[in-house]
Amino acid sequence: MSNLVIVEHDNNEVAAATLHAVTAAQQIGGDIDLLVAGENCGAVAEAAAKIAGVSSVKLADDAKFGHHLAENLATLIVDVAPGYSHVLASATTFGKNVMPRAAALLDKAQISEIVEVKSPDTFVRPIYAGNALATVQSSDEIKMITVRTIMFEAAAAEGGSASVEVIGGGADTGLSSWVSQAVSNNDQVDLTSAKIVISGGRGMQSGDNFEMLHKVAAKLGAAVGASRAAVDSGFVPNELQVGQTGKVIAPDLYIAVGISGAIQHLAGMKESKVIVAINNDSEAPIFQVADYGLVADLFEAVPELDAAL
Amino acid sequence: MKVLVCVKRVLDPQVKARVKADGSGVDLANAKMTMNPFCENGLEEALRLREAGTVEEIIVASVGGGKTEETLRHGLAMGADRAIQVVTEEALEPLAIAKVLKQIAEQEGVGLVLTGKQAIDDDSNQTAQMMSALLGWSLAAFCSDIKIEGDKATIIREVDAGLETIEVRMPTVMSADLRLNEPRYVKLPDVMKAKRKPMDKIELDSLGLDTANRLTTLQVEEPEGRAAGIIVNSVGELVEKLRNEAKVI
Repeated sequence: MSNLVIVEHDNNEVAAATLHAVTAAQQIGGDIDLLVAGENCGAVAEAAAKIAGVSSVKLADDAKFGHHLAENLATLIVDVAPGYSHVLASATTFGKNVMPRAAALLDKAQISEIVEVKSPDTFVRPIYAGNALATVQSSDEIKMITVRTIMFEAAAAEGGSASVEVIGGGADTGLSSWVSQAVSNNDQVDLTSAKIVISGGRGMQSGDNFEMLHKVAAKLGAAVGASRAAVDSGFVPNELQVGQTGKVIAPDLYIAVGISGAIQHLAGMKESKVIVAINNDSEAPIFQVADYGLVADLFEAVPELDAAL
Repeated sequence: MKVLVCVKRVLDPQVKARVKADGSGVDLANAKMTMNPFCENGLEEALRLREAGTVEEIIVASVGGGKTEETLRHGLAMGADRAIQVVTEEALEPLAIAKVLKQIAEQEGVGLVLTGKQAIDDDSNQTAQMMSALLGWSLAAFCSDIKIEGDKATIIREVDAGLETIEVRMPTVMSADLRLNEPRYVKLPDVMKAKRKPMDKIELDSLGLDTANRLTTLQVEEPEGRAAGIIVNSVGELVEKLRNEAKVI
């Protein structure tokens, strides 16, 4: 067996999500090669070569990969994939965008968001917002996989000494071009890797009221998240969304404020180690998954929490 | 320009999925079904493009068994011009669905395909990306804003870090994210009108495609539930428990 892991990066650093995909590859077994495609991304390849357990790094350094557009990157994956038994990427918007395109070009199924490796051809993946777990066996000779990062530990970023091989990148498809990116506030803690997350729901009533959560978050070193209802209501941007179609996270502590606990939201946070729910409706389903529930008006409880920390 | 909107019939998002006792799958017998919410976003965008004069005809298509027609009728009631049901009782995987819908897109000569980004039943998030590959078209996945101008479209995409703007060459395949729009409500007269709109039925076998599944589902089970927690009576008690019992702050 041999695994190819597609490295997610910003042309400077390897994304943490990739380290989790490497662990999934380790569990599958066999050699692990990494593919780094980007522009002026030699430093990424050097860093990738140090990841524990990696045999070799293939580096495609070309302007057409600079922004990881799906069309050119999928074409590259199709060139590199033959000979590998497994091709993996993290189930982030990066992996979700490019991997199915590559899989279809290879005429292979994709196994989305695996949470467990049962054997080299059998995987567990959540369906129905995580209300069911399906064990699926693949008959494809190349298994195209995205990995739910929270369910696999991060591989050690140091300790490996893989070789770096420079490869060509094929022609530019010219189908799309990158224009710009608006990144959310950089001084905030990253939602996907935060140890503590405090999220607000529809009960927050406005975007301004999220300031209360930011104050608590600053004291705890926490990230701020939101339910889909809060995003739908326009309180906060979508990148804060935790849930089935947003981010799936598993912090040590998750504090749900004014969140009723729809199954779509639970899908994104129920692997958290400790869950706290603050809601004025004692019947809210969030209390069924909470380790500590507080039935209270959030507009009194949150400032009180802020003062107590 | 013609647009193909691909939609899926799924378990209603408000209904909790129940696993069958024999572990063979999720029990959908007598369950409330609906159009996948993200597919509604895709269809709504097509309707707005038609209202803006960018699109002339909207074809709504789905792959599935008998009751798939209900979902397509809902699409017609929302405002699609006609519907195509590719009839099969088998549950096809995204790759096979993409092959089928690619063929429909080519037969109909559409210049745009719109889908939801993800179906809320199997959560695969694959079909739009796969269709773009098979058609050899550009891909605009997870769209929250779409502007089509001539042979190009400018797209704002929802990505993990925030919003990414890209430009794609037309024709293209777009998948809708939740903030793209707010789907309209269907009124009773629209439901009546939808009954008279054309609905083509095509047998899957007549397309001559390899739609064999590549995955075998060995087992479906419910995840382990969380143990019930406790209700605390005050913020003070909560902070004390988090500090001394859970030791997480």
